Amino acid sequence: MKKLILLSVIMLFTHSIFSQEKESKARKLPSVDIKTTGGKTFNTEDISNDSNPVIVSFWALWCKPCIKELNAISDVYEDWQDETGVKIYAVSIDDARSSAKVLPFANGNSWDYEILLDANGDFKRAMGVNMIPHVFLLDGEGNIVYQHTSYSEGSEIQLYELVKKLASGETIENH
Amino acid sequence: MNFKIFAGLITGIILSMVATGQSFLENGQVHGNFQYDGFYYGEDSKLGITDSKLDGKYFRMNAFGNIIYTNGNFEAGMRFETYLPPLAGFDPAYDGSGIPYYYVNYKWDKLELTAGNFYEQFGNGLVLRAYEEWQLGYDNSIRGFRARFQPFEGIYLTGLIGTQRYYWEPYKDANRGVVRGFDAEFYLNGLIPGMADSKTQITLGGSFVSKYEKASKKTITRDSVVDTVSTRYVFSYKIPENVAAYSGRLNLAHGGFNLTAEYAYKINDPSEFNQYIYREGQALFLSLSYSTKGLGISLSGKRTDNMSYKSRRNETGNVLDINYLPPLTKQHTYSLATIYPYATQPLGEMGIQGQIVYTIPRKSTLGGKYGTKLELNYSQVSSIKKERVAENIPIDSTGTLGYKSDFFALGDKLYYEDVNLVLSKKFSRKWKAIFSYVHQSYNIAVIEGHTGEPMVHTNIGIMDVTYKITPTKSLRLEAQGLFTDQDRGSWAMGLLEFNIAPKWFFTVMDEYNYGNPDKELQLHYYNASIAYVQGPTRIAVGYGRQREGLICVGGVCRQVPAANGLSISISSQF
Repeated sequence: MKKLILLSVIMLFTHSIFSQEKESKARKLPSVDIKTTGGKTFNTEDISNDSNPVIVSFWALWCKPCIKELNAISDVYEDWQDETGVKIYAVSIDDARSSAKVLPFANGNSWDYEILLDANGDFKRAMGVNMIPHVFLLDGEGNIVYQHTSYSEGSEIQLYELVKKLASGETIENH
Repeated sequence: MNFKIFAGLITGIILSMVATGQSFLENGQVHGNFQYDGFYYGEDSKLGITDSKLDGKYFRMNAFGNIIYTNGNFEAGMRFETYLPPLAGFDPAYDGSGIPYYYVNYKWDKLELTAGNFYEQFGNGLVLRAYEEWQLGYDNSIRGFRARFQPFEGIYLTGLIGTQRYYWEPYKDANRGVVRGFDAEFYLNGLIPGMADSKTQITLGGSFVSKYEKASKKTITRDSVVDTVSTRYVFSYKIPENVAAYSGRLNLAHGGFNLTAEYAYKINDPSEFNQYIYREGQALFLSLSYSTKGLGISLSGKRTDNMSYKSRRNETGNVLDINYLPPLTKQHTYSLATIYPYATQPLGEMGIQGQIVYTIPRKSTLGGKYGTKLELNYSQVSSIKKERVAENIPIDSTGTLGYKSDFFALGDKLYYEDVNLVLSKKFSRKWKAIFSYVHQSYNIAVIEGHTGEPMVHTNIGIMDVTYKITPTKSLRLEAQGLFTDQDRGSWAMGLLEFNIAPKWFFTVMDEYNYGNPDKELQLHYYNASIAYVQGPTRIAVGYGRQREGLICVGGVCRQVPAANGLSISISSQF
């Protein structure tokens, strides 16, 4: 029995590795139902931005570096949008303890991001996020081309370099 | 479900797909993530860590790996976990390795089926929430079957049945209860054509959950004291095998306003946790907020009464919870402010919380060039009022209705109170700072069970300054002080971090318990660490002491013992 499981797992692996080499099939966002701040169910496959780049950022009210990162980007977000058309989805993984405080917090900080609520971590799990902050960068076709965990002052500069590359039609080496 | 049967089924499906053509695999993707946390513990006589306390096991580790296979609408996944042996502070029952989580899932247009393990939350979780928190060793995933059905736009139905994870113990001989649940949610704007463009968004929902656990009659001895004459009664009680809970909820959003309300009710559920009283349970959760750009105000309140709901009635630990009772207090993140964290009291509490977040605009007198951010938060949690059910029956007597309680009356015991203010300011391109003040009253007797100890009152000051040396190199300094005359006395803390974005983090820190009434315990908890990050991969190595304390995420806390040693953590995904 164990050999059978092992065999199938190996087959899956080798196959996906080879098929990825053949056509470098990019990863897209999975389909998970989460919520908007208005209480509406929202499917994560609907995250899009008219063929412009998208940043999906996982954060929570209890995560200081996440808030620092979103505040730092917020200062320059208008410029980013004017120059590249990028859109940020800030996905909060706060649970029922604080999910009702998420929208007032985002507004109170004058953030212009699309705020989504992943109160039971379903999207976080589907994306394999271990720790937050964790950002994903998607190209205009919705392919995940870059991701990064942790934040320190200036990390957003590198992220923006990649956004600019995407906006000008360049491809990004998968990290 | 037996893992062998399950695995055989999956293997069969995959192999037959491979045999009948490669399309199944060619369109498939495999992704996953893993994390490894290891700690090499050293002996430290000052912290009381000795060879016997470590049980001779100096090296301990927790690790997991997830694999998710997706192909169009099909998904299968599993998680391997290993604890050899578990890190200090985690339940020793985790010792070992295995696959506690595996599932297959298929989505049609309107229907989604899951067989195997799954996580789920109905509404705010007051009657059902299955989730995991790796850092806490918390996992109450349900193993069974779940169906989600969306017959029309705006209607979401979920039904499930299964048993919950209990460390590594397989489900057999009815060693825990079976959980069954149904939830319906109606998004009125999607459902009612005339409301589609309405500025008011309304969501209504309702849940029904029931657990079944076999029970035999229970013999209960109760002493009754009337006018100093004690009489002993022996009763034989019938324990309910089916315990139902239900809830109704509303979410209303209009312009800048947002209202969330949920009420939950549970029938009598005598258990070890509530000392086998036959009282019903209730919970109410309310939240109202208003926000507009630059200002956010939120107010919330809750009441819980006898709402512990576990799928095994003699269980008292942080396992087999069917529901989730969110604490309504701010979750602090600066280290000294986390020494006294609040934890929900499922047997009864009333709490309120208010928060204001405000940005003083840029280029105003107070806002300065970059604007200033203010956050004020207040929360208070008290006991509920309990009165005797009859004059000669003490409160919480086993085998009785327990107590009477006026729904709107506050109890006389304060559990927790917290006022805190945060001010964030960017002074220039190079300098940024966050200042914070916290005042807490912490009922250590109730929250940590230290009977007889006085309420802990703290004043905490925090300063977090960042200096940018170059656009990607920065220095960060944290200075904190916690001042109290109770418990372990006052603390001072300092931290210095040098970062090279986005890859390197170098940190040194020290927490000093200079005010400990026991001079021998006026210790330094120093620690140095380096972390390297490349994309989703993070490798961190640290050395030093770790303070004893509670680590809390969400409403669950884990007691972490003092430690001294070398820590290694690796996490990534593919």
